[in-house]
Amino acid sequence: MANSYTDVPEIKFHMEHPLMKRIVELKERNYADYGQYDYAPKDYEDALDNYDRLLEITGDINANIIGPNSEDVDAEGPHCENGRVRYASKTYENLDATNKAGLCGMTMPRRYGGLNLPNTVYTAANEIIAEGDAGFENIWSLQDCIETLYEFGDEDQRKRYIPRVCAGETMSMDLTEPDAGSDLQSVMLKATFDEKENCWRLNGVKRFITNGDSDIHLVLARSVEGTRDGRGLSMFIYDKRNGGVDVRRIENKLGIHGSPTCELVYRNAKAELCGSEKLGLIKYVMGLMNGARLGIASQSVGAEQAAYEEALNYARDRKQFGKEIINFPAVYDMISRIKAKLDAGRSLLYMTARYVDIYKALDDISKERKLTPEERDEYKKYSKMADAFTPLAKGMNSEFANESAYDSIQVHGGSGFMLEYKCQRVYRDARIMSIYEGTTQLQTVAAIRYITSGFYDGVIKEYEAEPVAPEYESYATRIKDMADKLQSCIAKVKEAENQDLLDLCARKLYEMTAYVIMCHLLLQDTQRAPELFCKSLVVFMNYAESEVAKHFNYVNKLDASQLEAYQQA
Amino acid sequence: MSLKIIVLAKQVPDTRNVGPDAMTPEGTVNRAALPAVFNPEDLNALEQALRLKEQNPGSTITMLTMGLPKAAEVLKEGIYRGADEGILISDRPLGGADTLATSYTLAQAIKKVGKFDIILCGRQAIDGDTAQVGPQVAEKLGLTQITYAEEILECTKDKIVVKRHIDGGVETVQGPMPILVTVNGSAAPCRTRNVKRVWANKNREFTTWGAADIDADPMQIGKAGSPTNVKAVKSIVFKAKENKTLTSSDADIESLIVELMESNTIG
Repeated sequence: MANSYTDVPEIKFHMEHPLMKRIVELKERNYADYGQYDYAPKDYEDALDNYDRLLEITGDINANIIGPNSEDVDAEGPHCENGRVRYASKTYENLDATNKAGLCGMTMPRRYGGLNLPNTVYTAANEIIAEGDAGFENIWSLQDCIETLYEFGDEDQRKRYIPRVCAGETMSMDLTEPDAGSDLQSVMLKATFDEKENCWRLNGVKRFITNGDSDIHLVLARSVEGTRDGRGLSMFIYDKRNGGVDVRRIENKLGIHGSPTCELVYRNAKAELCGSEKLGLIKYVMGLMNGARLGIASQSVGAEQAAYEEALNYARDRKQFGKEIINFPAVYDMISRIKAKLDAGRSLLYMTARYVDIYKALDDISKERKLTPEERDEYKKYSKMADAFTPLAKGMNSEFANESAYDSIQVHGGSGFMLEYKCQRVYRDARIMSIYEGTTQLQTVAAIRYITSGFYDGVIKEYEAEPVAPEYESYATRIKDMADKLQSCIAKVKEAENQDLLDLCARKLYEMTAYVIMCHLLLQDTQRAPELFCKSLVVFMNYAESEVAKHFNYVNKLDASQLEAYQQA
Repeated sequence: MSLKIIVLAKQVPDTRNVGPDAMTPEGTVNRAALPAVFNPEDLNALEQALRLKEQNPGSTITMLTMGLPKAAEVLKEGIYRGADEGILISDRPLGGADTLATSYTLAQAIKKVGKFDIILCGRQAIDGDTAQVGPQVAEKLGLTQITYAEEILECTKDKIVVKRHIDGGVETVQGPMPILVTVNGSAAPCRTRNVKRVWANKNREFTTWGAADIDADPMQIGKAGSPTNVKAVKSIVFKAKENKTLTSSDADIESLIVELMESNTIG
């Protein structure tokens, strides 16, 4: 029987990365839950076996329920009825399956009913489900908003809300408003304190809210009257059981049809403050967004996997000029590139997830006891790594998802343009991935400071110092050459001391950085599992090298005197 | 109202995905070439049991399976989905049983389990396709039976209302409790495994009962208790090359029957 996990051995490979031992040890507090909860692992091997079993169940549900339902969900979509969302009928089947399987509260501690999974494993489940239906993955994966409530809410809130999410209730994060998209400082939804009822009241409108009729909402609202920037914003929890928020309409979108994108009207909705007032945007939304960005990175990898499978299967079946089209160089050129980007992008995704895991686990431990000096250093290192890698993983994979979906349709020829083929849905679904949770342009903004400060350069130097087997030395040399090109571009742009020029070149520098890092990661992976990655290493190196050379040429030719030609105002 | 539910399940070779090596040259099933799976309709029965359990808090589901020690895998799969207990009936003298000996053995085991409200099992197993075991167990225990069930509409301590599959439609029937119900493949598919249950039970071991444990009469179990003899199993390949039009006359029908028997298609 088809299984979206066991059929893709690359995912399991990433679950067994050497860093996992440390991650699991931290996450499991040296296996302290064993004996206390019947489903807690007793050691590292036991934990890995548990993860493997969980992902096998996820792969089974995806291949046999979510995937097969996706076409109907895409065609039917959700509906707005009397201020409420009614999902496409098969979305309920999907939710029933994931809930009965217990795929909820994935990363939450066991004391609240969670599975206590590392983010890396949750990311894998996310990727698997996104392969089947990116729209459903949105609904399912919004459960990770609970991380923010866990991190910043009080114990009473944790006890009231986390078990509900662990039992399958859905979540949403209500941030965007008609006049506050990328610029969340402009959020105007009003929060006022109701002295009589001793609670907060929310009034206003939110727009483009994914799964906006969820059970538990995290809402960004302005609690300090008269303020106009991020410092007047706080985070609130709205519980649908209390009422007061209605869905005014559901957007009619290009893709991810299964996921209801809602316009919400708050009419004196009862809410409670999450964390401290005025830290809503500055602290909590930033945390929420980093998690959400990693989520979109995994959704993108799922879309890349879908694009790859569709292209591969079609090309193996389809005969033209007397042979299967997969035998034509013009076709395998596209498919090999899809696969190479998939393997490189996936490697970047899981490395990011592992960095997130280490710093988050240490952060959580720091609430129970003081960290040792070594642990504090470890925390600092990985929290910075996670912060630097998240925009790379999100931006690059969401762009890869779009490029690969495009190529997947191209492999199908005219058939790919027909709605009967899944590749066209992947193409439509992928389009939002490089936009929401921060466009690729904003991922570049998030990454550029690490480019100019030399942080990535430090990481690249660490990777360069890792031992390389003799047969792979030529690859290491080639990556070094790419890194040198990148450094010379950064130096050139910095020397010019022109902010506009830097901003105009930022995307090129960002991509060059990502290519160098992905080449290193793919080289590391190939040395550990040549049978899985040796082909992709060859293809990706050639591709990355040509992209880096292209950007090198561009940045070198561009100078401040040309800026005017670019400006269109 | 809590119910005591028994589910009968069988581990079978997966005959749905048969390859060219499915049969040995001697004409028997090549078990090594076929993965062992949870008999599909027994999974439908388990789902009905799980729904009854959900609707009636405090209910328990005990699974019984007869087979080689490896058959305990289906018990584990049942536990992963929500069953509470599993008992393996496995003993060398029980081997080679036909449906009569199998149903006697299962009935003896059920007597040992004790009081129950309902027994659920699949309509038939995909290796034998007889659909005899469920009804025979009911007979041996003196129970009412409802076969080909698609959905249990209502179930109390006294009565059960079942929608059952019949040719060209469904019918709704009512029966007294306790009862045995065989569930059709058109019933709701079984839910998937639950992660926490898998993690908690992956190393679980099951009680095994042998012939002596269930007070079985040696003459009614295994080969000794099986009047059925399989003379030969042949792999029949349909190779019709031409069409023939038959009328509904007795002569035409008789000639067709003779032809089908000669080609071993029936008989």
